[in-house]
Amino acid sequence: MTGATTNENTANLLADAEQGSSLWQDAWQRLKKNRMAVGGGAVLLFFVVVALLTPWLAPYAYETQNLDLGASPPSADHWLGTDVFGRDVLTQIMYGGRVSLAVGFIATAVALLIGVTWGAVAGYVGGRVDAVMMRMVDILYALPFMIFIVLLMVVFGRNVLLLFLAIGAVEWLTMARIMRAQVQSLRQQEFVEAAISLGLSPAAIIRRHVIPNALGPIIVYTTLTIPSVMLLEAFLSFLGLGIQPPQTSWGLLISYGAETMEEYPWLLIFPGLALTTTLFSLNFLGDGLRDALDVRGSKD
Amino acid sequence: MSLLSVNNLEVSFVTRNGTQKAVKGVSFEVQEKQITAIIGESGSGKSVSCYALLGLIPSPPGRIDGGSAEFGGRDLLTLSENELREIRGRDIAMIFQDPMTCLNPFLTIGEQLIEPLRLHRGMARDAARQRAIELLDEVGIRSPETTFDSFPHEFSGGMRQRVMIAMALINEPRLLIADEPTTALDVTIQAQILRLIADLQKNRDIGVLFISHDLAVVADIADQIVVMEQGEVVEAGSPDTIFKNAQHPYTRKLLAAIPSGERANATAQRDVLIEVDQLRTWFPGSGQDEPVKAVDGVSFNINRGEVLGLVGESGSGKSTLGRSIMRLAAITEGSVVFDGTDVTALEGRDLKDFRRRMQMIFQDPFASLNPRMTVYDTLAEPLLLHGICDRKNLDGHIAKLMDDVGLARGFIRKYPHEFSGGQRQRIAIGRALATQPEFIVADEPVSALDVTIQAQILDLLLALGEEHQLTMLFVSHDMAVIRRIADRVLVMYRGKIVEAGTVSQVFDQPSETYTQSLLASIPGAALAG
Amino acid sequence: MLRFILSRLLQAIPVIFIVITATFFLVRAAPGGPFDAEKVVLPEVKRALEAQYKLDLPLHEQYFAYLGDLTRGELGPSFKYPGRSVNEILFSGLPVTAELGFYALLIALLIGVTAGVFASLKPNTRQDYIPMSLAMIGICMPSFLLGPLLVLVFGIYLEWLPISGWGAIPGDKILPSITLGAAYAAYVARLSRAGMLEILSQDFIRTARAKGLPEWLVVTKHALRGGLIPVVAFLGPAFAGLLAGSFVVETIFQIPGLGRFYVQAAFNRDYTMILGTTVFLSTLIVLFNLVSDVAAAWLNPRLRSQFSGGKS
Repeated sequence: MTGATTNENTANLLADAEQGSSLWQDAWQRLKKNRMAVGGGAVLLFFVVVALLTPWLAPYAYETQNLDLGASPPSADHWLGTDVFGRDVLTQIMYGGRVSLAVGFIATAVALLIGVTWGAVAGYVGGRVDAVMMRMVDILYALPFMIFIVLLMVVFGRNVLLLFLAIGAVEWLTMARIMRAQVQSLRQQEFVEAAISLGLSPAAIIRRHVIPNALGPIIVYTTLTIPSVMLLEAFLSFLGLGIQPPQTSWGLLISYGAETMEEYPWLLIFPGLALTTTLFSLNFLGDGLRDALDVRGSKD
Repeated sequence: MSLLSVNNLEVSFVTRNGTQKAVKGVSFEVQEKQITAIIGESGSGKSVSCYALLGLIPSPPGRIDGGSAEFGGRDLLTLSENELREIRGRDIAMIFQDPMTCLNPFLTIGEQLIEPLRLHRGMARDAARQRAIELLDEVGIRSPETTFDSFPHEFSGGMRQRVMIAMALINEPRLLIADEPTTALDVTIQAQILRLIADLQKNRDIGVLFISHDLAVVADIADQIVVMEQGEVVEAGSPDTIFKNAQHPYTRKLLAAIPSGERANATAQRDVLIEVDQLRTWFPGSGQDEPVKAVDGVSFNINRGEVLGLVGESGSGKSTLGRSIMRLAAITEGSVVFDGTDVTALEGRDLKDFRRRMQMIFQDPFASLNPRMTVYDTLAEPLLLHGICDRKNLDGHIAKLMDDVGLARGFIRKYPHEFSGGQRQRIAIGRALATQPEFIVADEPVSALDVTIQAQILDLLLALGEEHQLTMLFVSHDMAVIRRIADRVLVMYRGKIVEAGTVSQVFDQPSETYTQSLLASIPGAALAG
Repeated sequence: MLRFILSRLLQAIPVIFIVITATFFLVRAAPGGPFDAEKVVLPEVKRALEAQYKLDLPLHEQYFAYLGDLTRGELGPSFKYPGRSVNEILFSGLPVTAELGFYALLIALLIGVTAGVFASLKPNTRQDYIPMSLAMIGICMPSFLLGPLLVLVFGIYLEWLPISGWGAIPGDKILPSITLGAAYAAYVARLSRAGMLEILSQDFIRTARAKGLPEWLVVTKHALRGGLIPVVAFLGPAFAGLLAGSFVVETIFQIPGLGRFYVQAAFNRDYTMILGTTVFLSTLIVLFNLVSDVAAAWLNPRLRSQFSGGKS
């Protein structure tokens, strides 16, 4: 091993070598074969794009009312009908979707950030730090958060920012547990021990060896957290404890629709359809990712 | 007379990626009152052949394409699921490889034992219990009455395998299929279980089909040996003909792979490289429990350039000792002096420099490589980290490493999951050599590999050791492997070193009874004799 | 086992304590006093009211007074319904909610476990896909959407079932129970399928088959117990979810249960009522979590003997 053998012809070492197929590429191939997951992803993408472009795409302005028209069934002018104030339902759903999706993605991002950091630190440091950090998670886990969020919304009023924080605060716990379990099991893997014996710093080990391998379950769980967050938002809004007028969300639209469904069923059915379709897409995508990334025993 | 006669059996697995033939026209016979052994490496189709006979391969993806299996005047392959079920557990019984997972953890041992009796004979519960307790006694379980009402997790692997054997024999089957029944066990337990199977077979006059990857294991007990390779039978005959007069090259390769002989004593330098003094590594017990004394006051030296074998059974603390020296396990007490420096106190920069000088090779080639990194990245990491080379001549160094460990350079951009176990172990060896270390801890580096691969990797390690003048601590549970590779041997038992000496001292004149029992357990006495 | 229950009980106590404390201070921190919203109240009347509800004391004294009341099981008087204590209101709603929750749980377990086990026996066939697709619909169809839709179809268009009330008209319990139970049936189905698949792939199942056991015995005797442990462990969280779900279902179907009272209290800013209900429900949830954890552990012989400190 003494003396580099640079005189040998190694210039094309990488170019001559056959390209291997990484686990990510394999997973991507598996995912592509799963029609439900691909469909879910496509529908989701469509909804997200529509939500981003709503101010330009919506057929009517958000505030436009037509009290003369009142509630009308779907027609050429109003594809999904109008509500009692003569507002276009499609426009309402598009603007409501912006809020619902935003809550889903932002609150999940909050949960992801806190949970992954917390779990990674606890799992990697181990020992007493781990015991204390996870005991805190255990205690918080046992708290009936659903009731707490209702309480928070009652006490501090219906504030969207608070809603993000409150929902994120619930969901990070599971994220932390998953991340910690990942890190702990990875830490005992021989390739991490090998990295330690090579003399890599802890930061480098986490970056190069732990995170890439823990990513799969995190991606899957994130995908499955978004729909449960959206459900939570819709649930609160339905009770009148979430999003407040003049803002709207799918949960709020469903709540209004349920009040008048006897006379104007389209006011319930179309927002309901929007919400369920999104939840379906996210769940199919999540299940597909779980199969493709071969993640076992995640949330349900 | 032939008890089971398999002819031209063909089995394939139908998956999304196409049909794979696992068994290609296999024929063999099991004579009454004899032990027939099927030998083969992983993927040879030896287990699939036997499971297929009893309708135990999952279908799909498994599919039996043809052949016949005569048993008691009937062709097993044409029987309906119901007819097969009546034969299973009554006429043909099975025991499996891993006794830890083969008993239902949710049911008592007794409940599982009497199931075949109640099912196939409609025996009353009390009578069945009586019968089960007798049999537990016969297979060597000390207090059969209490065992009957216990759960599997309260017993060790060896005990559970005895329970499995009792369960298989409870209906007095005519044929017992044993699928690697001792592979998961420690060597002394393995010897006991082998003796038990051989004795029971003699006393009960049953036919046994013994599946194994290990020629040495079956050498002592088999009446007939069938050698399989890649779904085909390549050779069959009595142990005598197989061992003394093997015809097929694959059989000869298998025989050659059995580790044997001792290393021609290399020119070991006299000076001490590593001094281990009163080393203790204890793990805290849970709650109020006593700490687990994995390594408990161990002292020894490793000379520069020698291969020191460390042998012991599972739980002896041998791996923990290796990992303690590597600073992978937290040392409780004692010192490890490496070339004049006490490494137990090193931190930061000093620890990193020290780590360059000693490296480790792990047991499980599937777990010891980061699945998300290509071979190139895996090998580049240590080279760049320790400044062995810079990015400019990195490719040259990596190419040299690939050549050293016998891997084609064309594999450089592949990922671990695209390699076989042996190839992965070569990559891991390459990674360890990359830092140009002086000392290597090899923790069971060949025990997860097939025998022929095992021999190749051992040869590779020996050759590289000489080429780079490596000092090595070679940890293994396998006495034959240790004898093959080591200059000196330490025998470890329950956290302590019970015997130390040169290979010939330890193997030829063991002074401790534990060492003697270890040596007596080495399978293949018939082979050597 | 006793040690396990005791240790879990010891963990539950701080949790309940945190709930009480956090709820108390949150409610007190709410902007605006409880009587600010009322029309014009004479200062002396207000003072008298505040004295009656102990609002004139310093905050920490109020807190300790409240803790003292709690130890006697007293949740205090309601702000909005003078003369009625929170205890009275809670216990008038409790039997209704308990019955609703019981039916919903029964539906969830019966349908969920059956569907899940059924699907796990033939994975990736029609026998798997059909119940699992239905389960997916159950998960994506929240109760606040399913309830109105059921009312629309079975109550209004078909006129088969009553659309509100509880125990007044025969059949009025059907729709609320289904609405509340459906999502949990879906979760249970997915859980039991996953649990069964995991167990059915174990080596000891192969042992059972090698003994010649018929398939139904392999499933019921060897697989079911281990396969359903996740379902048992899920009962705790499911209970919490059902309680929260009852807020919605009782609102939709106008059922006089705990959930509806809680939502009304939230809108009326009836602080003692919110406080009392939160403390009560939280304690129930914590205890139910404990029970389901203990039950799941008890089903596993290894854990059972480990915690009883010897042979089982």
